[in-house]
Amino acid sequence: MTSITLTAVAGYRRTARRRLGLVALGLSVLILAFFMDLSVGPGPATMRQVVGALFDSSGIDARLRLVVFDLRLPIALMAVLVGAMLGLAGAAMQTILNNPLADPFTLGVSAAASVGASLAIAFGWVLLPVGGTLAVTMNAFVFALMASLALFGLTKLRGVSAETMVLVGIALLFTCNALLALIQYRSNETQLQQIVFWMMGSLGRASFEKIGICVVALGIALPWMLARGWALTSLRLGDERAESMGVKVDRLRLEILALVSLLAAISVAFVGAIGFVGLVGPHIARLVIGEDQRFFLPVSAVMSAIILSLASTLSKAVTPGIIYPIGMITSLIGVPFFISLILSIRSRGA
Amino acid sequence: MSLTIDDLNFAYGPHPVLHRLAAGPLERGALTALVGPNGSGKSTLFRCFSGAARPLGGRILLDSQDLAVLKDRERSRRVFHLAQDLSARAALTVFEVVLLARKSLTGGMDLRAGLCDLRLVQTVLGSLDLDGLSQRHIGTLSGGQRQLVGIAQALVREPDVLLLDEPTSALDVRRQLEVLQIVQRVTRERSMITIVALHDLSLAARFADRLLVLKDGCIAEEGDPEEVLQTQATSDAYRVGIHLERSSRGSLLVEPYLSSLRAAE
Repeated sequence: MTSITLTAVAGYRRTARRRLGLVALGLSVLILAFFMDLSVGPGPATMRQVVGALFDSSGIDARLRLVVFDLRLPIALMAVLVGAMLGLAGAAMQTILNNPLADPFTLGVSAAASVGASLAIAFGWVLLPVGGTLAVTMNAFVFALMASLALFGLTKLRGVSAETMVLVGIALLFTCNALLALIQYRSNETQLQQIVFWMMGSLGRASFEKIGICVVALGIALPWMLARGWALTSLRLGDERAESMGVKVDRLRLEILALVSLLAAISVAFVGAIGFVGLVGPHIARLVIGEDQRFFLPVSAVMSAIILSLASTLSKAVTPGIIYPIGMITSLIGVPFFISLILSIRSRGA
Repeated sequence: MSLTIDDLNFAYGPHPVLHRLAAGPLERGALTALVGPNGSGKSTLFRCFSGAARPLGGRILLDSQDLAVLKDRERSRRVFHLAQDLSARAALTVFEVVLLARKSLTGGMDLRAGLCDLRLVQTVLGSLDLDGLSQRHIGTLSGGQRQLVGIAQALVREPDVLLLDEPTSALDVRRQLEVLQIVQRVTRERSMITIVALHDLSLAARFADRLLVLKDGCIAEEGDPEEVLQTQATSDAYRVGIHLERSSRGSLLVEPYLSSLRAAE
């Protein structure tokens, strides 16, 4: 028995070590993707100059400082942070809804944010007295949060099952899409163009204040979710099994929904609707690391951050001097990638 | 040191499921088989034990302490209900699933898995002959193997009260005997109070120390399996005749029959 025991325990530990290795590898790739993102973009600066400026900013000229610290760094950091937030939110959503197709946008949070932004752009209707470009962001955030609260309240009222959450979320999504169509119908040509551009998603609106808010949101959500790691993993075995292990399933769902809403509302408000990242990142993580949530959640965040960083690089590198909306790029490269992923799973299963 | 069910009532909305159900005392170290036709309230009774269903009246007393006054975590530590199915969709290994059952005992805030827990998991897996499957994903297991993983989850938590809902339903004959033998052994070794819901009356008669027959949310009969199976109340509960015979090996063989068919023969 002793030799068998040690062998199996060693097997588990080997798997755990391999996973930690994969986390480290993912982080290394992310750092590489981050520097690649920094090396392209507005202004003349090579990778070497950018890295040099980052590590020693004292002796650099004002132009390079402007390019690195004001133009490129906010975009590159925002790509990493928003990617991580969407990946984490998508992974948590897929776990609590027991649905691999769930992501933060499934439940209408993104559509609500778009309604808020469109109202500010088209008619200047803002819910909080904030002026300038911040009004659009703030309105998007408030609407996303309101949608989350409505989802939260209606779900609590009706019973917190995965099915209820999805149904209420889909109802919200359709309502918001209808409102969005109505706003677009009533807008003039310029307003319509602005709305469409906002909805395509762009990292160009990044700033260090927004980056700070993202860091705080991620700093709250990730440790919180990790602390529920065992409980979330037990949810994958079915509600009844999780309950028999002492997990308060309803409370856990609502708690995680609140965190997911916060992550989704902030990211959509800051960069617009960036699809697929919150869906694909967790899928890759699940393939390489399994669904032990202690590993699955952080790796999902890292994978999505890598994807968004690479998409950000691509959005600037395709046509020098032009930054394509990143939401467009993620969907364009995301869809074929996603289909090949599904096919590879199918063929492996066969 | 025993378990008593006292006047338990439960209803799903206007539909009563358990009606003034009283049973026990069930002693530690004894395996009780809970039998009864479909819809008689077996699973609901288990849900009342685990706290998933809140009784409208009555009490379940464990060592004279009402389970309802226990904190949720304490209750889940002392009572483990193994529901019928284990989802096969999760990308988790057998070892992880069983370790999870152990780690969730402590509230789960400690993300590390200590050597003691890891060794306990493997000892339990070994006792169920599952150690060869420890690194396999649960999605690749047969239904019977998943049942065994569920039982491993129960055993690794070392509960006072173990409730197994149809644990042999997806198992072949050999596995059925092995699993019930293991459950019987650990019940005695660890002085647990084990209640197993079973449809197979022969298995119930063979392995149980005590039999509870449930009909329409009430206990129709309770006591020694051989005596209980010969009562009219048990036959009435199933609406069948029951013929009992002892095999040359000393096991009790239960042959249910439709009363009308036997009369025709």
